[in-house]
Amino acid sequence: MTTEPAKARTEPVKDWATDYDIFDAGYVKDPFPVWDELREKCPVAHTERWGGSWMPTTYEDLRKIAANVEIFSSRNPLVANDGEPTEEVGAELEEQFSVGAPPISSDPPIHTWSRALLLPKFSIKEVARYEEETRELCRSLIDGFVDKGRADAAADYAQQIPSRVIASMLGIPQERAGDFTDWVRGFLEYGLTNVDLRSGAAMQILSFLNEQIQERQANPGDDLISYLLEAKTEGAPDPIPPTHVLGTCFLLLVAGIDTTWSSIGSAMWHLAQNPDDCKRLIDEPELITSAVEELLRAYSPVTMAREVTRDAEYNGCPMQENDKILMNFPAANRDPAKFDKPDEVILDREVNPHIAFGVGIHRCAGSNLARMEMKVAIEEWLKRIPEFRLEDPEAVTWAGGQVRGPRKCAVVF
Amino acid sequence: MRIKVEVAKCEGHNRCFVVAGELFELDDSGYAHEVNDGKVPADLEEKARLAVTNCPELAISIDEDK
Repeated sequence: MTTEPAKARTEPVKDWATDYDIFDAGYVKDPFPVWDELREKCPVAHTERWGGSWMPTTYEDLRKIAANVEIFSSRNPLVANDGEPTEEVGAELEEQFSVGAPPISSDPPIHTWSRALLLPKFSIKEVARYEEETRELCRSLIDGFVDKGRADAAADYAQQIPSRVIASMLGIPQERAGDFTDWVRGFLEYGLTNVDLRSGAAMQILSFLNEQIQERQANPGDDLISYLLEAKTEGAPDPIPPTHVLGTCFLLLVAGIDTTWSSIGSAMWHLAQNPDDCKRLIDEPELITSAVEELLRAYSPVTMAREVTRDAEYNGCPMQENDKILMNFPAANRDPAKFDKPDEVILDREVNPHIAFGVGIHRCAGSNLARMEMKVAIEEWLKRIPEFRLEDPEAVTWAGGQVRGPRKCAVVF
Repeated sequence: MRIKVEVAKCEGHNRCFVVAGELFELDDSGYAHEVNDGKVPADLEEKARLAVTNCPELAISIDEDK
């Protein structure tokens, strides 16, 4: 892979099949027509922008590529390749972060045990332990704006939820939630196309987590960090090296925050424009489970990346070692070959094998947590604010790239 | 009717358990397993089919004749 910093090419895209730009403002706001065009014309698109990448857009291609972990490695799951950090940040970062963010950035065999460590803590039963406090959190957020008749459903609500839930799981004071949000945006949003900004954010997260790990080593508690430090599982070193725990905690913080907030935000954006769906969820509360799956399908937030481990032709595309593949799960979930009426949100859609959480061995470990947070966030909002609408549809802003979701989404009620 | 989860394919999406909780159980890591040897009572056949079609990993098979 090139170590030259990627050039931020600013000229508009003329041909999405050969020169796509995942950071194009129009695309970030409304990527759906582009995906439709690509699926028809060139289902695995290519670009030289942002370090170069390939982008599959059909459900079948996403499934096949995700399944082939030998050729399509997860060693670097970030979607932009903008070169190496400047030397000073780089050396320090490398030392602290030598293991990456397992298991998301691992391949088997390390992936196998590092995932096995985490899964029992993210089962349906385990995440249910956090449901009541998530409800209380949502209620208190709503208390803060319900009398004003106006709120930013993204910034005042969606954004405030996951950072506090993950803080609670990690045993970290919730007062730090605002810092987490800033750091994670620095890493995954603002920093995605600015390697120094990203490295700086990573350093802040790692230093903070390092302190937390040392604290838990001295005083273990009933939290995820303490669990990881003492966990044992087949194939894993005993004890788990603290560097590994650091990498995994980094993942939990980074992957657990803006992904879920983007899902909740997109759900609120949808509901604000579809009063019939709000009414249905209020009249038929049992629909919430399938509604959450459908909103995840229609507005899937996450695109991950893979790297090609050796030259290989895929679907007629001459892929070379170290090429990046953007795993466009959101596009797969709108594929008409797989989903009936893919662009319609059908709250009681019966057949919905969406891959918003990925597919294959890297299926999002936190999927049950994300589902719980979405369900609770929607339910609590609709109890208090059954009717609401966008204040100004044109004023809604979106983030995209690795994680797509609304960042400003003012609603009135 | 009988159903079977192919353990090697299951990645723990938990969709089968959510749409047909009577027919599946989850282990501590969230992987699904059929209950009662996979036997599907007649009134749950529709749910069994939904479990199959909602699995993103195509990990569940169905045998209509057993």
